[in-house]
Amino acid sequence: MKTLRAFFARLTGLLPNSRNDVDRAAEIEANLQLHIDDNIRQGMTPERARREAMLKLGGLEPTKEAYRDQATFPLFENLIRDMRFAVRQLRKNAGFTITAVLMLALGMCASVAIFAFVDAALLKPLPYKDPKRLVGVYEKLEKVCPLCNLSYPDFLDWKRQNTVFSAFDVYNRQGFMLKTASGSQRAFATRVSDGFFRTLGVSPILGRNFRAGEDQLAAPRTVILSYSVWQRSYGGAADVLGKSVILNDDATVIIGVLPRDFHFAPSEPTDYWVTMHASSECDLRRSCHSLYGVARLKDGVSFQTALADVTEIAGRLEKQYPGSNKEQGANLSPLSEVISGTVRPILLVLLAGACLLLLIAAVNVASLLLVRTESRMRELAIRSGLGASAARITGQFVAEGLVLVGMGSVLGVASAYWTMQILTGLISSDMLLSMPYLNGLGLTPRVLAFAGLIALFAAVLFSFTPTVSLSLSEIRQRLSEGSRGSSGNTWRRLGSKLVVVELATAVVLLAGAGLLGQSLYRLLTVKLGLQPDHLVVINVAAPNTRYSKDPQAIELERKVIAEVSAIPGVNSLGIATKSPVSYQGNTTWFKIAGRPWYGEHNDTPFVCVTPDYFKTIGATLLRGRYFNESEDSTKPLVAIVNQTFVRQFFPNEEPLGKRLLPLSDPAVPTEIVGLVEDIKEGPLDSETRPTLYYPFTQNTDTYFFLFARTTGAESSVVPAMSAAIHKIDPEIVTMRGQTMSEQISQSAYIHRSLALLVGGFAGLALLLGVIGLYGVIAYSVSQRTREIGVRMALGAERTNVYRLILKDAGGLIAFGVVLGILCSIGAAHLMESILFGVTSRDVPTLASVAVILSCSALLASFIPARRAASLNPVEALRAE
Amino acid sequence: MADKTDVWQGTLALMVLKTLEALGPLHGYGIARRIEQTSGDLLSLNYGTLYPALLKLEQEGAIASEWGVSDNNRKAKFYKLTRAGKKQIEQETRNWEQTTAILARFFASRKELA
Repeated sequence: MKTLRAFFARLTGLLPNSRNDVDRAAEIEANLQLHIDDNIRQGMTPERARREAMLKLGGLEPTKEAYRDQATFPLFENLIRDMRFAVRQLRKNAGFTITAVLMLALGMCASVAIFAFVDAALLKPLPYKDPKRLVGVYEKLEKVCPLCNLSYPDFLDWKRQNTVFSAFDVYNRQGFMLKTASGSQRAFATRVSDGFFRTLGVSPILGRNFRAGEDQLAAPRTVILSYSVWQRSYGGAADVLGKSVILNDDATVIIGVLPRDFHFAPSEPTDYWVTMHASSECDLRRSCHSLYGVARLKDGVSFQTALADVTEIAGRLEKQYPGSNKEQGANLSPLSEVISGTVRPILLVLLAGACLLLLIAAVNVASLLLVRTESRMRELAIRSGLGASAARITGQFVAEGLVLVGMGSVLGVASAYWTMQILTGLISSDMLLSMPYLNGLGLTPRVLAFAGLIALFAAVLFSFTPTVSLSLSEIRQRLSEGSRGSSGNTWRRLGSKLVVVELATAVVLLAGAGLLGQSLYRLLTVKLGLQPDHLVVINVAAPNTRYSKDPQAIELERKVIAEVSAIPGVNSLGIATKSPVSYQGNTTWFKIAGRPWYGEHNDTPFVCVTPDYFKTIGATLLRGRYFNESEDSTKPLVAIVNQTFVRQFFPNEEPLGKRLLPLSDPAVPTEIVGLVEDIKEGPLDSETRPTLYYPFTQNTDTYFFLFARTTGAESSVVPAMSAAIHKIDPEIVTMRGQTMSEQISQSAYIHRSLALLVGGFAGLALLLGVIGLYGVIAYSVSQRTREIGVRMALGAERTNVYRLILKDAGGLIAFGVVLGILCSIGAAHLMESILFGVTSRDVPTLASVAVILSCSALLASFIPARRAASLNPVEALRAE
Repeated sequence: MADKTDVWQGTLALMVLKTLEALGPLHGYGIARRIEQTSGDLLSLNYGTLYPALLKLEQEGAIASEWGVSDNNRKAKFYKLTRAGKKQIEQETRNWEQTTAILARFFASRKELA
């Protein structure tokens, strides 16, 4: 208690207060005077009286100091004094301070900002109960798709037969039509089985969860709203429960609202969570795969056990239903992997890049500090000569290090915050919606802790870097040597090693950026099989009630083509049920007429197109013919195939005239009438798959894409197209009007942003590394001015001086580059999964990185070498 | 004079408190002189060591200080006991007596052994 009281008394003593100092001095003086008075009374002379009193006191200054030390905490006081001194010193050296703080802030900004993304996407726990026990459940087709969808009948069997899941549910994201006062509107919806939210361990914040059996056909239709649509469309009103929405022409009752922080990335964005109500042809067919599974492992059941169990079930079903389940295996994946698996390698590469940049920045600051210490040798020698202890001198460096790191960290974290905003601003809104976990982005405690860790590391590095280079005895020795002679030795020993580290790190970043740049280039120059310029695409969804019958849909198609082709600037029009360079696509199975079939999966994507589609998108017909306008279901069924299809199913055979028997209706054959050059149907980095094209008039759909080849500006055509379609029927929804070039550029989005960010890091790293090298060489030249002068006086040529300096630099560069290349090969190996079309040991990339770095580094060292060579020997000798 | 003992660690505070208890408010020089006199001039006290001790007691709340005027009309800082200080004396006295009693037993037992 009294110790605590004394502690606070001393703590307040830390506050600057000169009155206390005066007060204490006055007290000592007063008592001394009393003592002197006494001594005089005893008959001493005034001088002797004073001397005796002083002796008894034990000296005036030591007493004052001891008194003062008791009043405060001496260690703290020293630190505060050192800090003030450090700030003064740093202000005097504004150039050094600004450079060091900016470099540190840059490194921190990059690494903290990227870490914030890592935190939001990978570290923040998922908003479900015990998320580690959740798994994604898939069927598996060897080689074709390791994580395929489940069919509804398969799901029901797995759910019944498994012994490893405490809960197992499915979800299926679909576009729904939402009827509103102002017409129809596209709504984001996901169909789920009744226990979906209970499996995740999520309860609505308002209303109730789906009840068991509520997903059956007989049950009334119900919907749970996302928090965001509740806010947007209902203003967050509590009386929303019991209200009805019309989704796909079905009156659906709102029964609940999900929590604000709920998200389920694999099915986002979703505003309306509705129940399965399995009724469509696809839902009921065992070979139609449209669902994804999510399950909770029973307590004590391991991932492996669960996988073995579902694999066994899949094996049983394969025997039971050989017609539909041949080769269908099973697969599981941890839910965290399902949610952020695709972004993980990307974020980790970025984080590694940012941390390397931080490393270079820190090393650069450390070497700057070394140079500064070298040039302060005299000051330090004098201070130590005047009695400053090693601890006090180290304390001074620590204080300077802390001040630098403090300023750098504040600046770094603040700019990291802005960088995060800028980076999220660069992500397209569609992508942002599918990455809902990024809502948690910000300076969270974990991010701040990461920044704190960096600051701590930097503080230790910057506080002790200057002190490793000198011991006190060395300083004393320096004093006698003056500034001549060997000063700069430590710098050359340690500083040059640091520069090698910097150069090697810069090589690694440059190589990474080079490989990613190559990937991007290969991706953007991938053979598309179509001409993307002047091509506009718009997504059309017509209400099923009015257009689901073939003649209705065909009439709609004719009207759409007629209305839209009247728009000025539209040259030709085509319709397809799927857009090239995109994900979604349906697949079909078929047998080949005249060949034995053993139930193998001829699982092939198909697209239904109008006669002018290929001409409109600029595809190339290799053989055969396009479809005719008159080819409807009354005529023989026909198909066009791509080159990959021929390679896979008819190698070295004439495909034209061959007949396919689709599994859905094997009695009616489809004849192949045309062969087109491969069109990139999937994302740019995907393999081209065999593809079937059917006439739209024989396979109609109410959901399709309208393509227009235009002359002139594409952007102005999109609204005109929408308007023309709405003129036919205001209930028809049009979406995502964009140019094909935009769509392609979005498909390369991840690769582009990676290449740009890592490229940015690499550029900065190159700059910092070269500046570091320049610093080393320039300092070495300035230290060797006398030596160079002597050499020149003794007859050394300019070229000899150049050689002298550049040989030093060349050695460092060569060492750094070789080390860097070796590290790059290892590092690039780690990011192989995100490279496209290049390998991690791409020799041209590594070679050009080595050349770029060597040239810029040599250029940087050429500047000081030139200064050395143009020295006037007489002046050089006179220097210092 | 040669036999003078240094003040034992930790005992100075108690001496200061006892002095103030006996004489009432007193300045630093007075306290120092009084300690030396009480010890029969056997203790050698460096007056400088008194100031941190006084400040520590003041920080702990055992004594309070105030500027005043001495007998011979000089300004000086006077220290006096607080209530907490009086309690502290009682406690420290008990501790001291206990310590010396224990030590006394050791001396006694040595005598017996001899």
